[in-house]
Order: sequence, then structure tokens, then C-alpha cells
Amino acid sequence: MNLKEEPLLFELSSPGRVGASLPLCDVPAAPVPPELARDGLALPELDELGVVRHFTRLSQKNFSIDTQFYPLGSCTMKYNPKVNEQAASLPGWRNAHPLSGEEFNQGALELIHSLQEQLCEIGGFAAGSLQPAAGAQGELAGVLVMRAYHESRGDSKRRLVLVPDSAHGTNPATCTMAGYQAKTIPSDAEGGVDMAALAAALDETVAGIMITNPNTLGLFDRNIEAISRAVHGAGGLVYGDGANMNALAGVLRPAEVGIDVMHYNLHKTFSTPHGGGGPGAGFVGVRADLAGFLPGPIVARAEGAYALLMPARSIGRMKSFYGNFGILVRAYVYLRMLGAPGLRRVAETAVLNANYLKCLVEGAYKVKYPRRCMHEFVAQGDLAEGVHTLDVAKRLIDYGFHPPTIYFPLIVPEALMIEPTETESKETLDEFAAVLIRIAVEARERPELLHAAPTTTPVGRLDEVAAARNPTLCYRS
Amino acid sequence: MKIDPDCRYRSSHEYARKDGGEIVVGISDHAQEALGDIVFVELAEAGKTVAQGDAIGVVESVKAASDIYAPVSGKVTAVNPALQGDPSLVNKDCYGSGWLLRIAPSAAGEWAGLMDAGAYEKEIGKE
Repeated sequence: MNLKEEPLLFELSSPGRVGASLPLCDVPAAPVPPELARDGLALPELDELGVVRHFTRLSQKNFSIDTQFYPLGSCTMKYNPKVNEQAASLPGWRNAHPLSGEEFNQGALELIHSLQEQLCEIGGFAAGSLQPAAGAQGELAGVLVMRAYHESRGDSKRRLVLVPDSAHGTNPATCTMAGYQAKTIPSDAEGGVDMAALAAALDETVAGIMITNPNTLGLFDRNIEAISRAVHGAGGLVYGDGANMNALAGVLRPAEVGIDVMHYNLHKTFSTPHGGGGPGAGFVGVRADLAGFLPGPIVARAEGAYALLMPARSIGRMKSFYGNFGILVRAYVYLRMLGAPGLRRVAETAVLNANYLKCLVEGAYKVKYPRRCMHEFVAQGDLAEGVHTLDVAKRLIDYGFHPPTIYFPLIVPEALMIEPTETESKETLDEFAAVLIRIAVEARERPELLHAAPTTTPVGRLDEVAAARNPTLCYRS
Repeated sequence: MKIDPDCRYRSSHEYARKDGGEIVVGISDHAQEALGDIVFVELAEAGKTVAQGDAIGVVESVKAASDIYAPVSGKVTAVNPALQGDPSLVNKDCYGSGWLLRIAPSAAGEWAGLMDAGAYEKEIGKE
């Protein structure tokens, strides 16, 4: 890693330096109207090489899955195969224009259609839409579908959506966005939904439940069928948050355990680029009687051609055009390269890797729910008096690893949420476990190393509290 | 960790303390310690009528954002104006200057249903 702090382009600027030589003006100069002219626009002045070096040095500071292990729980930071990129950069895909019309975009529509079908097959859903451009947007689409379903039946009493306390923070936010109130359901001693609390909460005011399975503790809720039955019995729908689909794809179809609506994050499970704000894709799948409410347009095949159709009672568009098409190409290639048996091996290996890592470190770290995990597990980083999870996370950076997700899920104090994914080798997992164990020893014997970390980065420990309380958003105030 | 013996508590770590005819609401020392440095507090407005268990605000730290639930039903009579400028008061003095809001209670029986200091101490021992 390039350790030197990189100056800003403004600081590298030298008056009169230029990076391009423009041809002489061959038309009469039109003066800028004086009322529009201004002085003092401080643009940086650099030569081309200076700019190239600046951005190359910045890029060398990047931490990415292409450089190091990235066990960020709940985020499925798996390797994104380069063949995805190669396919997505083919000119036919890259240059396709959504306004050129259906007849000139049959190939693109066929790809979307095929991906819709594959994703429906994976979840056991009757229909699905690739409109949503992110996981949270997929959630919102799904809950709006639930709402449209209840309203279509004249059932207007339902205003609550149940959300287990192990849920992703987006779930209650989605409920609010969709006009519902979120009601928290506690977890039981096993880390699953507390069935008694669920039964007590269910009545005719409940629109449904939003459930993540495996949940954010990395645990499969064995009561999932009973949960679905109970919610359906009260007239509600079951929303599945597919953020953790990497543990299930090819093994269990969520629709078969009673999930009515579900989104998956293509940028997690299906290996499209992830981080830096996207672009993402949040496919939403539904059971047959909800298909008419899906966001559209979706691709349908009729009379030998592919066409964009709005479902009959659609909740509408989630964004302009048809989702992030280049991302859909990557997910399509990923699925085609793996095939069905390959997808199953992805889930099996992801679960095996997480359990292997858990076994290696659970002597050194507390694991609140010690039963076998799925694709991730939650350890605790309060290793010694005065040593916290944040210190462990920062120390991991010194050893060249991206820290896991910390302080989430909220129901585990000092949580360290670790998801290795299927794409890491045994050697990497062994090395990571050895470092975690070494940090546990350091926490007892030389805690100052943890408190001072990170020391191998261009900037050390940032003052997060000051940053949140008094953010300085300009480089020069 | 301090548990104010004059307060009653909810399992979600809000405290309630009688002051004249009103109830002062805040979060326990255990809660502020678990949350870490608090950077933002958002509270219901004075005049709002709330039911026991309703979300009446959000306390945000660098680790997490947590809902605050009403320990008793009633009408919010005041919110702590000092917290807008200095949310760290909740960390420094949660039972004193870091109070969150005051409620004029409307259901007298609810107080008795809250945990006393001894029961709350046992409750957080389970975590």
C-alpha cells in the first residue's frame, strides 16, 4: 500500500501548467458577456502525467476484493469473476440503447427474460421483476406489492409489519417508506424468532412479516414453516429478505417454506460489483397471485418475440428504464457459468467456509450462539478489559485484512460479523484465523497495539465522534 | 455502571423518574455505555400524546441508531433543549443533565409495572 498521504489536485497545482494543448481558435472569438464573467475560479493547473500519477496513487490505496480478503458480514463480498466484466463490455451490450425500441433490443430483452426465469426458479417464485436497482429498493417494491395485495382485497385495517430484532436496518425503514409501522419481534434463546411473541403480535392489523433467513446471526430459523403458517393464518404475507441468499441458492427454494415475496441482491449472491454505492440490482420475486402487482415493465415472451409489459395492477416503476442492465448481464453470465449444480456448490462452500472459520476462532472469541452457522457467524470482540470490537477491527487492518462488520446485529454486544464467502481458499481462511487469534493474545498482553491501530495506513485512527458531531465537509474551511 | 435507585426501568433500557406530577425519561447508564459516544438525539415534540411502548425518539451513536420507547403513557410536556447542541450530555450524565424528555402520565397504574432498580440490575445481568 502507498503510505504517503496524497496531496489534493489543488495542492499539486502550479500556475500556468497545462495538460492539453488546444488548437488555435478558427472562428471569431465571442466575448463572454461581462455579467457572466467572474474572477477567482480556482481550477487546479496540472500536466497530464501529474494527473495520471495522482489518480494512480489514489487507486493504489484502494482496499478491494481484488487485493485482499474482505469478510464483511451481511455483505457477501465474494470475488466477481472477470468473465462477467468481459461479457458486459461486449459492444452489443455496452452500446445497446433503451430508446432504440424493442425490435432492435431483442437480445437484451431475451437476456433479461432468461435472468428473470432463472431467478424465479432459484427462489421457487411464479414471477419476478428486475426493475429495482438496489436491495433496499427491492424491499420497498416487495412491501408495496404486499400493500397493493391487501388493498385489492379491500383489507385496509392492516398497518403493522412485524420485523424480528435480528433484521437488517433496512427492513423497518422499508416498512415506514411503504406507509406501515414496524413492530419488533424478539429473538428466542436459539437466535430464531420467538414464536410466543410472534403469536401474541398477530392479528387483523398485521400486513405481514419481513424475515431474513438465515438471519443476521448467520443462523437458519428452523421454525420458518411454522412462522409462515402463523402469519398466513392471520391473513398476513411473508416477505423474505434475500440478503443472505448466498447460503440457500440451489439448496432451498424460499417459496417452498411459505415466503410470498422476496428480493435478492444480485450484487451479493450473484457476483456483480459491490460497494462504492453500486450500481446494484434487487430482483423481486412473488407467488402467482401477486404477479399482477409487480413493478414494471417486465419482459414477457409473446408470439415469438420479447416485449416490455406493465403488469395489470402494477405498483408502477421503481426507476427509469429497466434496472441496471449492465449489472444484469454480469449476473446472467455468473449463473450460466455455474449452472445449477455449481450454484448449489457455491452455497455449500460458503456455509462450509464460515463454519470452518468459526471452529478455528471460537476458542479465542466468544460466539453467542454456538450452534452450527450458515454463511456467516457473529463473534464478540470484547477480548479484555478496555479492549473493544472497534480495536480488533482496526488491528485487522494492520495485518492486511478488511475488518468484518462490527456492532451489528444490534442484539449481540460487541458484535464481529464474519462472512468469508465461498471464493476464499483454505490458506486465506487459515491465515485470517491465525491473525484473529494473534490479536486476541495481543489484547491481553499488549492492548496498546490494538488501541493505536491502524498504524500501517496513510491516516491512523479517525475521530468518528468528532466527524459525526462536527463534520467538516470542505477541504478548506 | 450506575443504576439510579430512584428510577424505574424498561427492559429496552429507558428509565422513568417521578418529579412532581411528571415523569422524567432518559436512557440508563448501561444503555449509554453500550451505545458509546452519542452523536445525535431526536425526540418527539412537546405536546404529543404517547402510549406506553410507543417510539418517542432516536438516539444515535457511532455504532448504532436506537429507538427510545415511552415508559409510560401520557403527554410530552418538555424535551431537553440542551441535547441539540451537546448530545454527549447523555453519555456524561444520563440521569441528570442528559435527561431526554418529560411526560405528564395519563395512566397511574403503569409506574408499578416498570422494573425497579433491583429487577433491572438482574435483567441486564442476563445480557
